[in-house]
Amino acid sequence: MTSERTRGTTARTTTADRVVQSVCPYCAVGCGQRVYVKDEKVVQIEGDPDSPISRGRLCPKGSASEQLVNAPGRQTEVLYRAPRATEWQRLDLDTAVDMVTDRFLESRRNGWQDTDDQGRLLRRTMGIASLGGATLDNEENYLIKKLFTAAGAIQIENQARI
Amino acid sequence: MANADCIVIQGSNMAECHPVGYQWVTEAKARGAKVIHVDPRFTRTSAVADKHVPIRAGSDIVLLGALINHVLAHNLWFEEYVVAYTNAATLVNDDYRDAEDLDGLFSGFDPESGQYDMSTWAYAEGDGGRVSGPEGDPEHGAESVPEAAGQQLGSGGPPMEHARMQRDETLQDPRTVFQILKRHYARYTPEMVQEVCGIAPEDFAYLARSITENSGRERTTCFAYAVGWTQHSLGAQFIRTASILQLLLGNMGRPGGGIMALRGHASIQGSTDIPTLFNLLPGYLPMPVAGTHDTFEDYLDAIASKKQKGYWAEADAYTVSLLKAWWGDAATADNDWAYDYLPRLTGAHGTFQTLTSMLDDEVEGYFLLGQNPAVGSSNGRMQRMAMSHLKWLVVRDLNLIESATWWKDSPEIASGELRTEDIETEVFFLPAATHVEKAGTFTQTQRLLQWRHQAVAPPGECQSELQFFHELGKRIRQRLAGSTDERDRPLLDLTWDYPTDAHGEPDAEVVLAEINGRHLQGPDAGRPLSSFTEMRADGSTSGGCWIYTGVYADGVNRAAARKPGQEQGPAALEWGWAWPANRRILYNRASADPQGRPWSERKKHVWWDEEQRTWVGDDVPDFPLHLAPGTRPDPDAGGAAALAGDDPFIMQADGKGWLYAPKGMVDGPLPSHYEPQESPVANALYTQQRNPSRVLMARQDNLTAPSAGDPGAGVYPYVFTTYRLTEHHTAGGMSRWLPYLAELQPEMFCEVSPELAEECGLEPYGWATVVSPRAAIEVRVLVTDRMTPLVVRGRTVHQIGLPYHWGVGDDAVVSGDAANDLLGLTLEPNVQIQDSKVGSCHIRPGRRPRGPALLDLVAEYQARAGVTVETGNTRLDGPGGAPGPDPDTDPTTHPTREN
Repeated sequence: MTSERTRGTTARTTTADRVVQSVCPYCAVGCGQRVYVKDEKVVQIEGDPDSPISRGRLCPKGSASEQLVNAPGRQTEVLYRAPRATEWQRLDLDTAVDMVTDRFLESRRNGWQDTDDQGRLLRRTMGIASLGGATLDNEENYLIKKLFTAAGAIQIENQARI
Repeated sequence: MANADCIVIQGSNMAECHPVGYQWVTEAKARGAKVIHVDPRFTRTSAVADKHVPIRAGSDIVLLGALINHVLAHNLWFEEYVVAYTNAATLVNDDYRDAEDLDGLFSGFDPESGQYDMSTWAYAEGDGGRVSGPEGDPEHGAESVPEAAGQQLGSGGPPMEHARMQRDETLQDPRTVFQILKRHYARYTPEMVQEVCGIAPEDFAYLARSITENSGRERTTCFAYAVGWTQHSLGAQFIRTASILQLLLGNMGRPGGGIMALRGHASIQGSTDIPTLFNLLPGYLPMPVAGTHDTFEDYLDAIASKKQKGYWAEADAYTVSLLKAWWGDAATADNDWAYDYLPRLTGAHGTFQTLTSMLDDEVEGYFLLGQNPAVGSSNGRMQRMAMSHLKWLVVRDLNLIESATWWKDSPEIASGELRTEDIETEVFFLPAATHVEKAGTFTQTQRLLQWRHQAVAPPGECQSELQFFHELGKRIRQRLAGSTDERDRPLLDLTWDYPTDAHGEPDAEVVLAEINGRHLQGPDAGRPLSSFTEMRADGSTSGGCWIYTGVYADGVNRAAARKPGQEQGPAALEWGWAWPANRRILYNRASADPQGRPWSERKKHVWWDEEQRTWVGDDVPDFPLHLAPGTRPDPDAGGAAALAGDDPFIMQADGKGWLYAPKGMVDGPLPSHYEPQESPVANALYTQQRNPSRVLMARQDNLTAPSAGDPGAGVYPYVFTTYRLTEHHTAGGMSRWLPYLAELQPEMFCEVSPELAEECGLEPYGWATVVSPRAAIEVRVLVTDRMTPLVVRGRTVHQIGLPYHWGVGDDAVVSGDAANDLLGLTLEPNVQIQDSKVGSCHIRPGRRPRGPALLDLVAEYQARAGVTVETGNTRLDGPGGAPGPDPDTDPTTHPTREN
């Protein structure tokens, strides 16, 4: 038995404008997801029954991933903390990327090593490091490794070592 | 796994951490397979297994070694498989000395550096010498390797001068790998298992019977592990031990066999294949090392000899194609394809070496990309203190994680060690796009690439990493435009033109096509490569990651293949794309016998079709397609042409599965048991207490508890181990900010046995404080008989379980003390991973002190135990051992020192 009210409701999945195939972002099983979009907003994420890996199932994390997208506490603005400051301040994205570019080049220069003490080529900087990648896409890791290597930054690591 | 007849899950809580993957274990069990869970805790996996075997954390090699001994002693090994497909019959040279001969050390150990000269481990040469690497000269220690070299070998294993090995297929010669293996594991007995692991003889017998009855022609056993095996000071050797066992039982390359690495992040496999790692280039090519790889020729010779067997012999083609992908027309034959544009390593530059460099003010800027080391990395205090030494920090994440806010809300602010107003670090928080707001591929734990389509645009100022790094690269190149400085050439010559959409987002499919590679010359110019075998070393092809070549064959994005599973066979070859070449089981030539026939109808997978003169089957054959089973190669050939018809392990230099590793494992050719860095007991097998090659980080902020009855060991009498829960994800950056998940698991807790609760006066659901030599944290107490006290070497050992998802900060929905703060840093020497699955601690009722009193509590324990920087950091133990290293001169205690 269902109530009249229940009978009068409609699942968000049936009224979505479109359904997009995706993959769960948590562990490495790679469960298939169907992302339901209405008015350019994600309204629900469900398991993809077509996936031969997951056959439509999702665990608690995968089932909650709509909230990962729409979490109330999610940050969508750039924040900046100045030296010795006690609080964040707003910064626009373009300015922030410019500031990071300046610092990248300066620290690259400050940590630069042309050769080792025996005169062997090093062509690197020890002034910049990076950690992360296991939650990112292959294409993203590829560009990160490519850019950092060309810049001479070698201290690049991710969760695979942790 | 669905095809297995027996599944051993050890070092993993699969049902909890990979619950949807676990459905395939359940399928196997429903068909009658036996499922055994070996773990310190009774978990959600144990609850649905046939049997749970409790084990003391860190003692796995004793158990697995005893299974090897059992298989050898009772003639339960798969003879035809072992003789034909492994190096069991290969002879090792006369100078080799085993850990059994030298009380826990192998020949070639240098106590000063903690490193082995591996030359005495080599296979025997016909003239009585040794088969060396292609660079030769083992007599002069040329193979003594820098610290990072172990992992640089990647999937190919170390190179060999050639592949003409001395073999005794009767396996009787005492110098055969088989006989060496027998002698090495002879003392790994059921009694030793009981003594060291705390496992009852009847449980051992059950496990031994289960795996041997379910291996052979008709049946297969599979092992599954996760970081419960890797995060130890000898973690790589845990997995090696399982590999030896699985090769002896004939369970590699066959359906329902293998050793499954259950990885924990959506694309952690991908970020290893296309590495954001210091020591690798894409496709497991090494980063060049100064002094070893100074010229392009040196570099290629060190990867593989042209005369060894298999596909690594073509490493020159993979490398030149990569350099062409990155530097296009600037990479020419005249400049060795821009090889000197690559920066050089001088030892290990892993995340923990970088950590100490930060503390020494040598690193100015740090990017955190979806990673939260303030909570997720071992020795959290060191991580947070290190960040306070930076000039600038960029955090790219979805939420304001603790690694973005430590400057105002970390435990060190509370204890008074740091003052916000004194911290000079600039912090940029740049919001990131979620998985549905960008397109691209993840590579999951079976090496399968799956494309995600973009569902919506990212909100506000959120960006993908693809867009951010593309833009950063563009601006860097604009600033440097016109520079004549030689150091800027690699940036200015870089191929960096990616088309973008209206929002500035680069087309990820164009990047995937670059990774796949293309023909650059001739009638096919511009056409995507179909296979890495099309790559050439003459500059006529490009490709950013050779093992991924084929994912964009014919210009079709095969990672986006989505034929429903219901419409395909079990291999589901038309859903996503698995590297290499869309193969689902690696080394699957071994699923057929030496004559090319399936070992049995039941375990049929890939076989030789005599009429068609080709390999056929349910999977893409992992073997030269037309190489007939009986083929004997020209003994002087190299590469794929040197493979015999029964050399299934096509990436190994001799085509065989390695029971014994003649080189490549920096801490020994055969796995041997050593106690963890912190242990309640002495090593029962050797005088040598700990892995003598482990990487030490002897520092005042990283102290080690005394072990094994040494003075002060009783101050930290309990073993703790850390783990994950279904409802959270690692350090919580993607789960503690979600109200649903925060509500499901709101609070940090510990699991203790009723006996330990009684011993320490712990109240169920009350508070307790856990103290290690690094930190003290507070936890809620969960008293449960899921934790079993074990009797080990005559004493009761209590183990404490600690989930590690919570951290101290003000922004998450739920927060709490971080288990990783308790952990110290001692690294595994092959892969430089930390030993975070086992440590020593004390537990007491009540909450921890606040403010500076917290530091006093930790210091009071340290003083009572008498711990110093030297404690636990001696290299050699016992009467035959030299005194410990001087931390000022031992290179591995200063991993950043260039040596």
